[in-house]
Formats: sequence, C-alpha cells, structure tokens
Amino acid sequence: MGYVATKGGEDAIANANQLVEFYRVKERTQPIEIAQIQAQFRLLIDKIMGEGSLYAPEHAALVLKQNEGDVFESAFMLRAYRATLQRRYYSETLATREMFVRRRISSAFREIPGGQILGPTRDYSQRLLDGELAEETLGTVEAFIAAFEGELDVSSLRTVPTISKVIDLLTSEGLLREANPDENRRLVDVTREAIKFPAPRSAALQMLARAETGGLMALAYSAQRGFGSVHATVGELRMGEVPVRVRDARGRVRAIGRVRVTEAEMISKIKVQKKDPVPYLSLGYGLCFGQNETKAICMGILDRAMRSGGDAPCQSQEFVLYHTEGIESYGFTNHLKLPHYVTFQSSLSNLRQAVERKEKKRGNLGFGMAATAKKETSA
Amino acid sequence: MNDTDTGWLLRVRNLTKIYGDPISNSVQYTGPKFGSNICPETDAIVACAEINFDLYPGEVLGVVGESGSGKSTLVQLLYFDQMATAGEVQFSALDGGQTNILTLSNQRKRHMRNHLMGMVYQNPRDGLNFGFSAGGNIAEKLLMAGNFHVGRIRERASYLLEKTEVPVKRMDNTPATFSGGMQQRVQISKAIANNPPLLFLDEVTSGLDVSVQAKVLDLIRHLQRELGISMIVVSHDLAVIRMLTDRTMVLKNGRIVEAGLTDQILQDPQDAYTQLLVSSLL
Amino acid sequence: MITAKKFQHTYNYGFIDETTKKEIRRKLLKAVAIPGYQVPYSSPEMPIARGWGTGGLHASLSLIGPDDVFKIIDQGSDASVNACNLRDFVKRMTGCKTTFDTGEATLIQTRHRKPEEILTERQIIVFQVPQPEPLRSVERYEFKTRQMHAEADYAKMWVSLYESYVKFGAIMQGAGYPVRVNGRYIMTPSPIPRWDVPNLSMAPCLHVFSAGREKRLHCVPPWTKVEPLEFEDVKFCVEEFRDIVCAASGGDRAFMDEIYESETSRKYVMNDSSFLDKVRAGTRPPQRLFTNPPSAPTAS
Repeated sequence: MGYVATKGGEDAIANANQLVEFYRVKERTQPIEIAQIQAQFRLLIDKIMGEGSLYAPEHAALVLKQNEGDVFESAFMLRAYRATLQRRYYSETLATREMFVRRRISSAFREIPGGQILGPTRDYSQRLLDGELAEETLGTVEAFIAAFEGELDVSSLRTVPTISKVIDLLTSEGLLREANPDENRRLVDVTREAIKFPAPRSAALQMLARAETGGLMALAYSAQRGFGSVHATVGELRMGEVPVRVRDARGRVRAIGRVRVTEAEMISKIKVQKKDPVPYLSLGYGLCFGQNETKAICMGILDRAMRSGGDAPCQSQEFVLYHTEGIESYGFTNHLKLPHYVTFQSSLSNLRQAVERKEKKRGNLGFGMAATAKKETSA
Repeated sequence: MNDTDTGWLLRVRNLTKIYGDPISNSVQYTGPKFGSNICPETDAIVACAEINFDLYPGEVLGVVGESGSGKSTLVQLLYFDQMATAGEVQFSALDGGQTNILTLSNQRKRHMRNHLMGMVYQNPRDGLNFGFSAGGNIAEKLLMAGNFHVGRIRERASYLLEKTEVPVKRMDNTPATFSGGMQQRVQISKAIANNPPLLFLDEVTSGLDVSVQAKVLDLIRHLQRELGISMIVVSHDLAVIRMLTDRTMVLKNGRIVEAGLTDQILQDPQDAYTQLLVSSLL
Repeated sequence: MITAKKFQHTYNYGFIDETTKKEIRRKLLKAVAIPGYQVPYSSPEMPIARGWGTGGLHASLSLIGPDDVFKIIDQGSDASVNACNLRDFVKRMTGCKTTFDTGEATLIQTRHRKPEEILTERQIIVFQVPQPEPLRSVERYEFKTRQMHAEADYAKMWVSLYESYVKFGAIMQGAGYPVRVNGRYIMTPSPIPRWDVPNLSMAPCLHVFSAGREKRLHCVPPWTKVEPLEFEDVKFCVEEFRDIVCAASGGDRAFMDEIYESETSRKYVMNDSSFLDKVRAGTRPPQRLFTNPPSAPTAS
C-alpha cells in the first residue's frame, strides 16, 4: 500500500506541476523577457523586493514570470532564496540625506528648501483607460522618448545637489521630540533571532519594512479612521537612490552600489506629559525598497501607532507585526487546504459523545444520531 | 503601636508609593500639611507614604479618607497589585513574619494571593473573570491552591455561594448576567474560597444601591464573625466603617492623620480633618 | 543580458547553511535540557510555505546525515501529497535513503500523528507544530503567555478545562490535548489525536516539536514523564473505536480513519499506513495501548 499510494501522490504532484506550467504557456504567446518585466513592471518589482526582503530586480522579475504574476508566491520565493545566500556584511546606516532625489514632497509646508518635486508620480493623473497602449510598439516608444528628450535643454539644467530634510527645520527649532525616550534601542536582526514582545524598535521597523503592503495599508487606515487615532502629516516623502556602504576586512568603509528606496517621515503629536504640557511633534518612520509610497507612509503611521499605547489593533505591536508578515500569513491561511482529517476525527469523537450524553439525559435513545453513533463509534 | 509587640498578623512599616520621578524630598514636601500629594518640583505623585500599622488576627481595620487619600493604593500595595516604592511588610501567617513580603518573587507573591489573602474590589470586573462562570471564578482559587477534584471543587463552590446567598443554580452562569450585588457576593465567595487569614475589601459597596449595600455589609459582618478573618476595609463612607470595623485609620493626602478605636474616633475625633468627616456623617 | 547561468545555485548539504544548522542544534539541546519549554529560534524561510512544514524541515535537516533513513508522514500517511513534496525536497537536498517502514527509519518527520509502532532509542521523531503555545486559546498575547510559563501560572488553562467539563460533560479538547512535561511546563503535543498522547510519556525515543512559523522549538526527551491535564475525578480519555474493525485488514486497536463510501455507508481503515501494511502482512508490531479509566465522564 505504501509504495503504490505514495507513487500516486508523487504522480499527482508531478502532474500538477506540469499542468501549472501548461497553463502558463498554453496561449502560445511570445515568452516575456526578464528584461521586459524588470523595465515595464518596475513598481511591481519594487513591491515584491520589499516584501521579499531582497534587493534584486532581475531575480524579482524572474519569480514574477515563474509564478504568473502571483505577488504572494513571488515575494515568498525571494525570501526563500534570500535565506540561502551567504551573509557577508551589515551595511553602514543608509544616509538618506545623501539621496539622489527623484521625488520629494512635504505636506507640512507649502514651500520647502530644495522645493516640492513631484517627480514620477501618478498621483495627479486621471485614472482613465489608455487604449493606445494596446497598439504600442518599439517604434512608438522611441518616438515618445525622442520627443521627451527633445524638450530638455541639457545646458540649462543645474547640477542636482543633495537635499536637506524638512524635519531638520523642526528639530533645529526644538519642536521635534522622541515619542518614547525610554524605548529599547537594541539593534537586532529579525532574520537571525525570533522576536519576543515587547520588541525593540529596530525589530519593529525591520518587520514593517518587509511587511505585506496591503496588510499595512489596512491597519494604517484603521488608525486614521479612529481605531487608535493617529493623525499624521507627511513631513517628508522622498524617493531616490542612496549609496550602500560596508566596512571591509581592514575596517575601511567602501561603497558597494546604490539602492532605490522610498522614505516617509510622518509627523504627529506626542502625548502631553503633566510636567511638560506642550504638544511637541514626533516622528513615525517608514523606509522600504524601491518606489512604494503607500508602504512607506503606512509604515510611518504604524510605527507611531505602536508606540502610542492603547487598545486598538494598530496600537498593539504583536497584532501589527504578526499579522502584516506576508509570507507567514500567506502560508498559514492557505495551509487550511492541507488534510486535517485526523484532528477532525478527534473532534467528531468528542461531539458524538456529547450528543449521546445529551440524548441520555433526555431519555431519548432509540432514534436519531445517538443510536447510530453508539453502534459505530465510541461511548 | 510597639515594635516589641508580638501576636500581630500583619506588620506594616513606612509603606510608600510614589508615581513619576521622585527626588529625595518628594515625601517631605507633600502630605496633609501641604494639602497635596504632588511633589512641587518634579510632579511626582506621592500616593501614600510613611504608613505604619499592625493588624491582629480576627481584627477588622478600617481605612477611611476621600478620593486621592491613598487608601486604595494602600491595599493594592499589600495585595501586590502595585509595586511599593519603599517599606517593609511582614506577615506572620507566611513565615512567622520573617520576610519583607514586598521583596518576594512573583511566584511567591502569587502563592500568597492564592493561599493567604483575598481581595474584593469595588468593580467586580477587577476581581472576576467575566469569561468564566461564577463557579469557574471560585474554582480558579481552589485550583491554584492545589485542589484538582472537580466534584469537591463544585461542592465547595456551591457551599460558598450558598453562604453568600447567591443561588447555587446560577453557579454555571457568567457573572455578566448577575446584578451588581450578586456580583459582589461572588467576589466575596472567591476571596474566602481558601480560608485566607486576611481579606481586603476596597470600597466594595460603593457602587451598589443603598438597600443592596446594607445586605452585603451584613453578610460581610456575619462572615467575619463566623470565620474570624482579619480584614482591612477601605471606604470613603464612615457609615460603612462604623458598621464593620474595630479600629480605623484616617488618611489624608497619603498619610495617616489619625488612628484608633473606631468608636473613639467617631465620638471624639482629634484631627481637624477627621472632625470634618465625622461631622458630615449623616 | 541575463543568462540562465546567473540563477543557478548549488545548495549546502541539507539546504540550510551551516551557521543556521548550528543555531538550531544549540536550541534543540536547550529544549532537550528543559523538557516542554518553548525555545525561540531564527526559523529562516524555506522554499515551502509557512504552515506547511518549515519547522519540521528545520529540525530534520539540522539533524539529518548521509547515513540516516528518513520517513515522512502527514495524517499518518506516507502517501499524503504534502508529505510526498517534502520527502522529495529532503531527498534532493541530502541524498538520504527514504522509507515508508516505521521500523527502518532513523528520523521520522510527522504532521499530526505519532506512529502506532513503538519507536526505539535509535529513532528521533520530529513533529510539525502549527501553534506551539498551549495557552494561546486562553491568552492571546505572547508576552503574557511567556510570563505565565515562567511563573508556572496555569490558572487560566485549568479553569478553561473545568468550564469545558461543566458545559459539555467532558473536557472537549480533541487533538492537541495539553500535557504537563516533566512535572513543570505545560506543552501542546501538536494536534495529534488523544490516542497518541499516552505514547509520549516514558518513551525510548526523542521527540522534537518544531513550529517554523511561530519560531519555537520544544522537546520531550526519552524517558520523560508526559501527563495529560486531568482532574482527579475527570480523567483523560482517548478516542474509542468500540466494535470497529478495519475494513482493509480486519484488525482493531489502532486509530481509525472514517471513510464515507456513499452518502449512507461508512467504513473505517487504520490510519497509520506503515502499521496497516504490517498488519496485513501478518507482522503486526508491538504498540503501547492505553486503557480508558472505568467510568466515562458524565456531567453532574
């Protein structure tokens, strides 16, 4: 029985895998190239790199192709791949003030030093279908780029400096304070140790950085709507590339490349102390791979919410961090598809006994479930 | 109160609780002389300080004062709901009074709460778990004292409920479905489940209708006489104190301003604040 | 320009890197030293979804060596589809011999059953655990349950068993019945049926429990007392299969699967596939059977 049944299981898996591959290609369309996915689905790549916790655009493109665009499977695959890679360095702290800024806004002030730079955003577009994309060719693309570049007068462009931060303005005026001066500042690596609660802030921020965007969005939205109110303003949202540096074996700091990140500094009021009844401002911080503004903003809101005390779900570290972990929640919700008939059988046994006890109490034997149950199962 | 006295059940010396950032003279600059609990320099709150008293077996001690006087804090410290800032408390029923119980480990504190002390709160939700049945709440105490026989647990729970005049047929209902008075009775059953030598009662009738109050107080008095439990009764209501207690301490701004036999204090209060309280007794 | 070579990867023996294996082994030693205590561990991601056996794989792949003989079952069956997938993964990553025969295996990974056949001191069994915290049903916060274990404050657990008895006339815990290990920690034995629980106590083999998603390991070492929580007068009972006989082998006294043949007729088949094979072959191996205490519980 063992061999035959198992062969059956193995065959079933092999066939299922084949079938999945068949579904992926059966329309006989031109196979998409990794480079195309990487270039034309940039934002999707950014999302799953963040959730996969691995900055590797080509690999992200590959897994998206492999999984027919399933974002949960793709992020999961990147995480699993990450776990096999050798760990060589911890980087030096990213200096986001050194960012080559591509987009940068602040809702807190109308004008800011360095200016409000809309950059590449769809925020102010109208979400109307563009039928012309159905007819796109390399030719139309080239024409667009030629026209675009034609409008630029390269000689009149200034060099782009690095841009200082809006929060520095508030800090220098003494208006920005720590939300929690006593908090645990221990640096941990959540991929190397299991987190216990209450978790230090470094652990919370790391988990938020790799959290599933939709989960963060739901909880941050709940905070805005009054389930543990966080009324935050975007102090600054910036997106661009920052250099990554590590210390080599001799202790020298070396730059090894650049990554694109989105950073959000969300400003809200601290809880007023009796000693000091001035409603200072404090920071909720968000940072993630690529251009993922929703995630960075929601990270900032939840960072603040988790440090504000209170009973709402978004204010509980355990609730937020456990349940926005995309790979774990994806696995566990779907694991219900696994067979559970042994546990189920155990419950059935209890249930039948309970029914029998009830029927006995009523003196109602002879009809119904009790009789059958008694005959066939347990006492 | 003599430090060479023996025979006490509970000995409390210099019991102090300060919230916030105390400095060395926070205690000095607060109290009834200043009319305030709040340290003028650091905003630390001196909830109670320099509390000294002895409690004898079978004795009922009243603690009276207005809100903010520190009377609830006092029992919370003794029952380990809060951590004391300073002080020494000895309990003869534990080890002849050798250890300062405030310094015990959490496990030993919990052992004391299970076996040697009972607490009845003003709000039943503080003393009962509304997710369990009334019997379940009592069972919790019995289980934690090492009783693992369901039949005997239910027997004891029924006995206690009967004694506190709660209908036994409601033993398996959750207290959420009970009236306020009945909830307090369940709390009392739970508190005395393991026959503790010491019982704390923190404003237990303050939230109840007057007629219900009278009945619950009667019950408490009756139980005390029958079981000979020592009690510390906290109340802002002198009528309650008069009815239940042998001796009384009057608290103001976290300090004892007067202490003595209840009858004497009611007839001949010495401290100005006590006089004020007594004169407003209906 | 990307070529397929870029994504080629050679894997360490057993897939997991040596540093992580060392960490897992250290944590396992700690778990063995403190029977029933949940030891947190790093639990790195695997190419298998969370909730589908990552913890079991962590333990198995940290313990496995080229001479091991590996068996893996799910719901008692080697043939279960997920078990097939995990078996294939382990085979690929270790080159180990695999088997369906419980007696032949040196390392067994299981989801939700302990084999009927008695395991020896040469065998290790790794249980896949969805929720390692036995107190989770009475307390949702991790920081509180951790404290409860540290202080041996199990009041809430006991009251919930009492309430279950009062409401239903019996303790209604089915699979995953809470147990006290070595007289100290309350532990969940993972969602194994009650049938298997007595078999954990004073057993010759090492039991490893691994929860990958929740990132905890716990162990029941050989010859350790494991006592299901019970009252003096409301005792632990296993599932009874009275008057039931296995339709495939004619045997009884084993945990049975209930199978509906049609809408009105049912049959029962022994759940443990290796055990069933042996019963059919006439070589039924010895078991440790538990007899339910004489009086069935009734509500008072």
